[in-house]
Amino acid sequence: MSHQKSFQYADLLSVLERVVDIMSAPDQYSYPSVFIYGHRATGKSHVVLSIMKDLELPHASVDCVECVSSGLLFHQVLSAFFGPDAAALLPRCPSLSDFVRLYKQMSSNSPATQTRYIILDRAERMRDMDFSLLPALLRLQELVNDNVTVILLSEIVWEKFRPNTGCFEPLLFHFPDYSKGKSLVQILSWDHHPSYTPELYASYINILLGVFFSVCRDLRELRHLAVLNFSKFCEPLEKGEAKESDIHKLWKNIEPHLQRAMQTVYLREVSSVQWEQQQMDEKEATTLRVLSAHAHIELPYYSKFLLIAAYLASFNPARTDRRFFLKSHGKIRKTNFLKKHEKTSNHLLGPKPFPLDRLMAIFYSVVDSRVAPTASIFSQISSLVTLQLLSQVGHDDQLDSPKYKCSVSLDFILAISRCVCVCVRLLDLLALSLVIQSQVVRQERSLFTAVSNLHLL
Amino acid sequence: MFNAAEMSEIPLTSSVSKGCFVFKSASKKRKRHVGVGDDENGSDRFRICQKLWETVQTNTEVIQDQLNKKVLDSLAEFIKKHGLGCSSDNWRQRARETPTAALMLGVNVPDHAMTFRSLCNLLQDSVTPFVVSVHAKECAAVKLLIQKVLEQLMGRGVSVDEEQEDDTALLQRTQCTISALCQWYKTVTKSLPVVVIFKDFEAFNSQVLQDFILICSRYTQELPFIFIFGIATSPSAIQHRLPHSVSSLLCIEVFHSLSCTQHLASVFDKLILNSQFPFKLSSRVIQVLVGIFLYHDFSVQNFVKGLQFSMLEHFKSQPLSMLCCQKQEALLSAKTLSKKNVERIRHLPSFMRYVETQEPQEQVQLLTNDEHVKEVCQQLLKNLHKYHKNYYPILQCLHSLTSSLPKFPLGKHIRELHVSCIEKNLWETEEYDSALQLLRILAKDELVAALRKCAEILKSTKILQNVLQQLEDFIGRLEALEGVSSEDSSGNGIISGKMEYQRTDLFQLQKTLLEKESRRTKRMNPFEVLRSQVIEFIDSLVREYLTPAELQPLNEVCYYNSSGVLRQRLNVTPRTSIQAALSHPFYYLQNESLKTDAGTISSAAPDLCIVYKLHLECGRLINLYDWLEAFLTVMSAAEDQDTNSEECGKYDSLKHARFIQAVSEMEFLGFIKSTKQKTDHVARLTWGGC
Repeated sequence: MSHQKSFQYADLLSVLERVVDIMSAPDQYSYPSVFIYGHRATGKSHVVLSIMKDLELPHASVDCVECVSSGLLFHQVLSAFFGPDAAALLPRCPSLSDFVRLYKQMSSNSPATQTRYIILDRAERMRDMDFSLLPALLRLQELVNDNVTVILLSEIVWEKFRPNTGCFEPLLFHFPDYSKGKSLVQILSWDHHPSYTPELYASYINILLGVFFSVCRDLRELRHLAVLNFSKFCEPLEKGEAKESDIHKLWKNIEPHLQRAMQTVYLREVSSVQWEQQQMDEKEATTLRVLSAHAHIELPYYSKFLLIAAYLASFNPARTDRRFFLKSHGKIRKTNFLKKHEKTSNHLLGPKPFPLDRLMAIFYSVVDSRVAPTASIFSQISSLVTLQLLSQVGHDDQLDSPKYKCSVSLDFILAISRCVCVCVRLLDLLALSLVIQSQVVRQERSLFTAVSNLHLL
Repeated sequence: MFNAAEMSEIPLTSSVSKGCFVFKSASKKRKRHVGVGDDENGSDRFRICQKLWETVQTNTEVIQDQLNKKVLDSLAEFIKKHGLGCSSDNWRQRARETPTAALMLGVNVPDHAMTFRSLCNLLQDSVTPFVVSVHAKECAAVKLLIQKVLEQLMGRGVSVDEEQEDDTALLQRTQCTISALCQWYKTVTKSLPVVVIFKDFEAFNSQVLQDFILICSRYTQELPFIFIFGIATSPSAIQHRLPHSVSSLLCIEVFHSLSCTQHLASVFDKLILNSQFPFKLSSRVIQVLVGIFLYHDFSVQNFVKGLQFSMLEHFKSQPLSMLCCQKQEALLSAKTLSKKNVERIRHLPSFMRYVETQEPQEQVQLLTNDEHVKEVCQQLLKNLHKYHKNYYPILQCLHSLTSSLPKFPLGKHIRELHVSCIEKNLWETEEYDSALQLLRILAKDELVAALRKCAEILKSTKILQNVLQQLEDFIGRLEALEGVSSEDSSGNGIISGKMEYQRTDLFQLQKTLLEKESRRTKRMNPFEVLRSQVIEFIDSLVREYLTPAELQPLNEVCYYNSSGVLRQRLNVTPRTSIQAALSHPFYYLQNESLKTDAGTISSAAPDLCIVYKLHLECGRLINLYDWLEAFLTVMSAAEDQDTNSEECGKYDSLKHARFIQAVSEMEFLGFIKSTKQKTDHVARLTWGGC
């Protein structure tokens, strides 16, 4: 896939040509199914839909996210081709054969003069639907004996779709990413502001891409950011402090601003409306509180201790409990206290599940006073689960020995224990258990979001 | 240590603040009183109690509305702004951002219901009729969520259009999609936004939310959606649930509601620190209720319910509570006390103490003459009301004076001060001494400001005019001192400022300052003389007005003080009660034949109790056959006396069945479970079992 890097705008054109080629002879039978893939906002649906519009081809466009059942998909296809009356003939929970039967019936009444297209956007959702649906749609032309082509649009490569049992291989097209140099600047420059020259806007786009290109290649997002920050860019021009040719000065003015935008508005820590307002009354130096700034959660006293206990149970090996939580734990030889594999940071391994009784045992040794095992203590555990601070492992209805995991971060626990720590002992405990977990990995959120697209694959 | 029995006790609730509550309904309570025989008084008390409860309810609702007003108004403003402005903001439409309000509500989830109700009403009245609120439990899948939204929106619209048959049939028959909603929206169009409230954001399945947001964002042009997320934890929960591709479709603004502790403080002010509200709680009871709030649930609603419960308990258990009402009414009923109640008054500990302080002549009168008791009783009631009237303003004054002191010697919140005041003589405590010490070293401007606050509190209450007079007099004199003492007081301030910079330990600072103070006493300037006069005046006020409630005669009429009952009822320990029921069946069944000595197993007890007691003697694994044998032995122990052993064998199958039933009940309660380690054995789950 190294050729993607050297992609030029011309490549996109060649793809387009090939796509149009397929659709150029509407009165002949077309290829039964086409699979188009490419990253978000590389123009897949836009290209396909505008070709459909321009050539006035009969088509049904369906977003698979919306199709919570396959019935909805059939319904939308039929009503697009044969009108809502035809769709109404579908039975209550239509099966694939119902759809095929009805399609045949309808198409015999009004046979296709042109190729009909079914466009399935976000086709990766089809994998979660009925397993026979995708293979059947791929050779729908054969099944209904009509001039119909199914176009699948997806962000995922075809290899991830292919069912175990094999299926008809669709025609594959790849929409490559826009390259930084030409295509993105070109495209983004299209919506330049009427009161400024296109050259100025293009240079603005260049600056913008210099900041954002490393974290975001999503055209839609970049356009959004470009519009949001353009007024700030033009501020020196309006005030008369700089001329349009003074690119360096403009760059100096906007660069820190864009950096700040990457930390806040790009991550939706600050909403775009708030961002605009902030730009307007910048002089008052309003510091907006970002979303993740209020990470602190007020919890009832015992809930805090339960959470601390859960954290300790989740990140400490069970065999160290005796040592940490018993006052007279006997003598333990310091060497070989920890096995080799336990010396790797527990934070890297993530939380481990623990049974309820271990949680309660640690809770009682951590909390100062004597606490009766009242119903409210136990209900606090289940409410911590609903607040998603703990998560239950296994089935909900498991009465016998429910297991939990602690799903909060170290920083959160430290903040909590700072509020409740009247006793030094608890701090010691936390510190002791942290000795084991020597390294703490802090993730950069913006790096994270860039990667998060990959988890789809 | 911990076992399945405990685990099975975990109630499946959705919030910190849902505990287990045993509330006796009012009607049930009434019946019981008929049984006692004092029916006319019982109904009186019931009436008073109900009236009081109604005032509590209205008051709490008013408080809730007042507290929420600000955040709800700003939310409505937000929705109005986006509902109107969306169409003009062309570029935002392109970016397909849905306006979203993240409403921070705190972890006390059950309390949110009321907030959402008033939010819904407010929005429907003033902004848009299209308000939908969804609950995570009903929306396990996107389909159900969409269905819920459609039902609530179109159902309402249809009833307005009076085309019920057609539209509802259509909805049922055809699809539940947002595009269908779009069609409908075009027919009713008023270009008003559609508000979707997610009541418990954390509990939603994140996949469902993501899909729903993706679908809605496809239709933003035709259908102006606005989301409200009710968030219990923190705004970062949104980012934890939603990936960037989805959260980039939202335009999120955060709204904070008032914290629950502030809410509690205002409820406390209104209901407990209020002389108009005749029902009072003793210090212990307050501690229990506040403890449940702070330690367990953070739920103001549960606090109010606890208050309701203690009211019911008080009016039920204390016949003299008929006097616990407004002053005029109480005096009236005091005049018409029945003979029985007069006798009850004589037995009140506080009344007995009062009698002891009287002259011998008077004592005789009080113990023999009913009419005289009634008259005295009226006087005492008047005194009690007066005590309360004076108590609260002075309490507030003292709180305002001491709440700014370092380290809060008398507590940060007024409720702590209140508790220590009604519990014991405040002026005998160490904390009070240290607070006064700290007051004695206040700088002049601080002192004047504090006194001003007190004067304002007293002004607003319109009683204790003479105290107010004296206070204002002091303030005037302090201000008149201006020229004389300015350099000295400022010097004082500088010293304290310096000290604070040098070492942060307040205790040290306090000590050194106190030493300085003691050294300086010899040559006091006019300001210091006046200051000590002021402090003495405050001290005298405290000694006069903030006496403990227990010392007031007839305090039992108003004060509910059985904290043990309250704790037992509100902070239940299910496991303890199951064990009590099993090991001492008499405790619950109240059957004389079940009274046994500890350690013995009576055959009269229910089978389950016998089986339970026998299993206590076993180890980790219990042999079922031995258990059955032991059970049969216990059963036949009683019968041996009157029947012969031959008949015993005849009923074996019956006893066998009873045994098996009892064992399976034990399994159901979580004391044992079947095991594969040994045949014919069950594993014991309690006390280190399995």
